[in-house]
Amino acid sequence: MHGSGERPVSGVGQGMRVTDVAGATPPLPAAGVGENLLVARGIAKNFGGVKALSDIDFTIRRGEIYGLIGPNGAGKTTLFNVLTGIYTPDAGEFTFDHRPLGALKPNEVAERGIARTFQNIRLFANLTALENVMIGRHVRTHAGVFGAITRNASTRAEEQAIEARAYELLRYVGVADRANHLAKHLPYGSQRRLEIARALATDPKLLALDEPAAGMNATETASLDRLLRDIQRDGTTILLIEHDMKLVMGICDRVLVLDYGRKIAEGPAAEVRANPAVIAAYLGGEVTLNMKGA
Amino acid sequence: MNGLTLGSVYAVVALGYTMVYGIIQLINFAHGEVVMIGAMVAYTVLTLFAGTAVPPVLQVIVATLAAIPVCMLIGYALERVAYRPLRRAPRLAPLITAIGLSIILQHLAMLIWSRNPLPYPQVVPTVSYAITSGASPATITNVQIVIILMSAAMMAGLLLLVYRTKLGVAMRAVSQNQAVAGLMGININTVISLTFVIGAGLGAMAGVMVGSYYGVAHYQMGFLLGLKAFSAAVLGGIGNLAGAMLGGLLLGVIEAMGAGYVGDLTNLCQLSSWSDALAQRCHAEPYLPLFGSNYQDVFAFMVLIAVLIFRPSGLLGERVSDRA
Amino acid sequence: MKPAPAPHLRLFIGIALIAVVLAVLPFALAWQGTAWVRILNQAILYCLLALGLNIVVGFAGLLDLGYIAFYGVGAYVYALLASPHFGIHLPFWVILPIGAAFACLFGVLLGTPTLKLRGDYLAIVTLGFGEIIRIILNNLSNPVNITNGPQGIYLIDPFRIGSFSLSQNETIGGLLFSGPVKYYYFLVIVLLVVIGINLRLQNSRIGRAWEAIREDEIAARAMGINTRNMKLLAFAMGASFGGVAGGVFSAIQGFISPESFTLTESVMVLAMVVLGGMGNIFGVVVGALLLAFIPEVLRYTVGPVQNAVFGHTIIEPEVIRMLLFGFALVLMMLFRPAGIWPSATRKRELDARRGGDDADADANQATDGGPDPVKGASA
Repeated sequence: MHGSGERPVSGVGQGMRVTDVAGATPPLPAAGVGENLLVARGIAKNFGGVKALSDIDFTIRRGEIYGLIGPNGAGKTTLFNVLTGIYTPDAGEFTFDHRPLGALKPNEVAERGIARTFQNIRLFANLTALENVMIGRHVRTHAGVFGAITRNASTRAEEQAIEARAYELLRYVGVADRANHLAKHLPYGSQRRLEIARALATDPKLLALDEPAAGMNATETASLDRLLRDIQRDGTTILLIEHDMKLVMGICDRVLVLDYGRKIAEGPAAEVRANPAVIAAYLGGEVTLNMKGA
Repeated sequence: MNGLTLGSVYAVVALGYTMVYGIIQLINFAHGEVVMIGAMVAYTVLTLFAGTAVPPVLQVIVATLAAIPVCMLIGYALERVAYRPLRRAPRLAPLITAIGLSIILQHLAMLIWSRNPLPYPQVVPTVSYAITSGASPATITNVQIVIILMSAAMMAGLLLLVYRTKLGVAMRAVSQNQAVAGLMGININTVISLTFVIGAGLGAMAGVMVGSYYGVAHYQMGFLLGLKAFSAAVLGGIGNLAGAMLGGLLLGVIEAMGAGYVGDLTNLCQLSSWSDALAQRCHAEPYLPLFGSNYQDVFAFMVLIAVLIFRPSGLLGERVSDRA
Repeated sequence: MKPAPAPHLRLFIGIALIAVVLAVLPFALAWQGTAWVRILNQAILYCLLALGLNIVVGFAGLLDLGYIAFYGVGAYVYALLASPHFGIHLPFWVILPIGAAFACLFGVLLGTPTLKLRGDYLAIVTLGFGEIIRIILNNLSNPVNITNGPQGIYLIDPFRIGSFSLSQNETIGGLLFSGPVKYYYFLVIVLLVVIGINLRLQNSRIGRAWEAIREDEIAARAMGINTRNMKLLAFAMGASFGGVAGGVFSAIQGFISPESFTLTESVMVLAMVVLGGMGNIFGVVVGALLLAFIPEVLRYTVGPVQNAVFGHTIIEPEVIRMLLFGFALVLMMLFRPAGIWPSATRKRELDARRGGDDADADANQATDGGPDPVKGASA
């Protein structure tokens, strides 16, 4: 099952992909990559008798883009949900920014500095793009009922700052021209970007993205690629679940591979790609990998 | 025995809630009104028979058979108007339309029948049987016996329908996954409609039973009855047929016994030693319950709230596969 | 930028016009009889209730079917502390905050265990709670008489500051101000304050958090919003508004009984919120006024018309009113779930569509921030 042997068109695509990867990964030297930001030790999660995750260890370093891949049902989203407090792990512990995450609720996890997006976009559909991002500022601002009603000087200043920052983020992800449109009326690609802007509004130390390129066409994916590199450059660490291998291999500094709830590989993208265990897990998945280039 | 009788009526009404919930995960807020309409239609038929030579048992049967199709029609209309167009809307939307329809049904009933309680014709003379011996024996009436037996028959019939027929399989399939059931060639709309219709049919019979049991029918009777039956459904584990039956019976018994016990338990005269004034008053009036039988209707709500807080899945809720 | 002052002028004229209408309205109505002023007052009370419920249902998306219980709590707190029933006569400005606090307490008591429930369960539980409160009010006359049971409480004090009472007629500058007219002015002020509070809450960090919860609770939590606390806050705020309205109701009526706090009333207030458009403040006010006035208009038209045509009343106005509520709920949900008044966000979006550049201009203005010499020069 070699992609190049399939169709002429896909052969061309593949060629482009290879050069792309080679050109875009003058491997980031340890410049931005610093100490450990997130350390997972022995994470396990069971649903009934099913071991969705067992004994997962990994480390995300500050400043890197860390990929999380695996075939469907490998436990990627479960790991995401355990990390972000939607599920509590049955065993193991996360240490984030030198402190244990413990059994925090999702909102407390966000407060600690992990913001996420969702595989099936969960925007506040009937609010405008701007309002969506402004809500992201909630956790970093303080005005209460009293401030809201009296609208005192500090509240007004805070409101202005929230709005200004929200616009800034909308422009950063390229949705500013639709700031006053309802989120549900934005085109698909913009919704994905808006969700990233909303997550960024919480000033995360770690931005966790659940398949941000799902459903995107090649152009949209390429511009997402640029956006993610910008975010990394500007100092936010990224955890990326993605099925688009071209994107993952091109952009991720290191990659964690799950299969059947177990870790089968972790390391630099190129290394992981050559790992026999990973190839075995993806056998049949290799087709997906190659066809993506088409 | 009152508790058991009332409980079996609650159980039958609760089945209506639980079937609908099981299949579309929504509360049919207007189900209590369907029961009320059932009682009212039967009332009209019974008054038409008044003074004729038709055998009493036949009268009741005809009245019930008249109530059932009317209620089924209303059940069908409810689903078409309030639920089907809003199947993809936020949860609150169908709930609000159902509240609206429930108000409309109540006031239409008030226009058609009366704003006053209607005395239910006692066509079958009530006979009491003692079932224990002693000075004040526990008794059961023939009406109560019929209610309990009828309820049991209806529940058995429903279980047979759900677990032994093709329609039952379709209903269970739709409750598990509407999309997949649709792909398998099941007509989802028909199945959901039928669920409403069957629930309404059961409701009609429950209406006749309630009317005969209390001896009155009133255009507002559906509200409280519906709420209690809903509590029963939640107590048993909503969406679970056996749960609705168990919940109904339990709630009936809790209500019947609870009022008495709670009254005794909160009798202020137990505290006579605390205050002379109280002691004096208790001398004249030894039973001063803080929560007496006038709080009877509160117990159902208390049970409901307690269940929702401590065991939201209900007593039998974990057996998801039992959902109708 | 010549036309710049125009909107301000128009706004000013608009406000002045509304003020004049509001000031003259009771006198205009009084021509038709004081009864209409009383009806107007009742309508404003409904506005207050609907605005309170709007915080819970409209902003936070929590369906509360027992809202009237908080109204009842506020009303009874006022009645018990300002009537011969216990012989206590506290001034209203002391009791109203107590009533609000009590209602708020009940809101928190109800909310704490139930707010993790899903929407439709919450609706049923709040409905049960409303009935519990009513049944307790009805029965709390024995063995110790606290609420005087179904007979209710009489001779409740009106609002009074020193010798100035809101319930007495008074002639100022040749104009007769009847009791209801004075209460009307009081109510209008309260209403404007409550509308102001609602508007400010909606456009605040708190209001946005509520809307986020209404739209998608899981996403709201992932954004760091403490959904439990925010929902409790909505419940507590809504309940306090209900409590204040209840106190005013008590004083105006001078008599209250559990009959005034039935499920029907809860549903009516809900219908007002739904009709006006959940979450839309002015829509809710319009919805409340409509549903409060229509039945009264019906009372004066449908009854006499039926009498004239058929010789007797066939359908009582009360029934028509309830049928109307029912149809309002059903039809609104089916055909205009956003209410009769298009919401602000929707309008903003429509505006943005009309002139695509406007949004950009806005964006620049907002992000540039600070003093901008260029902008100053062009103005």
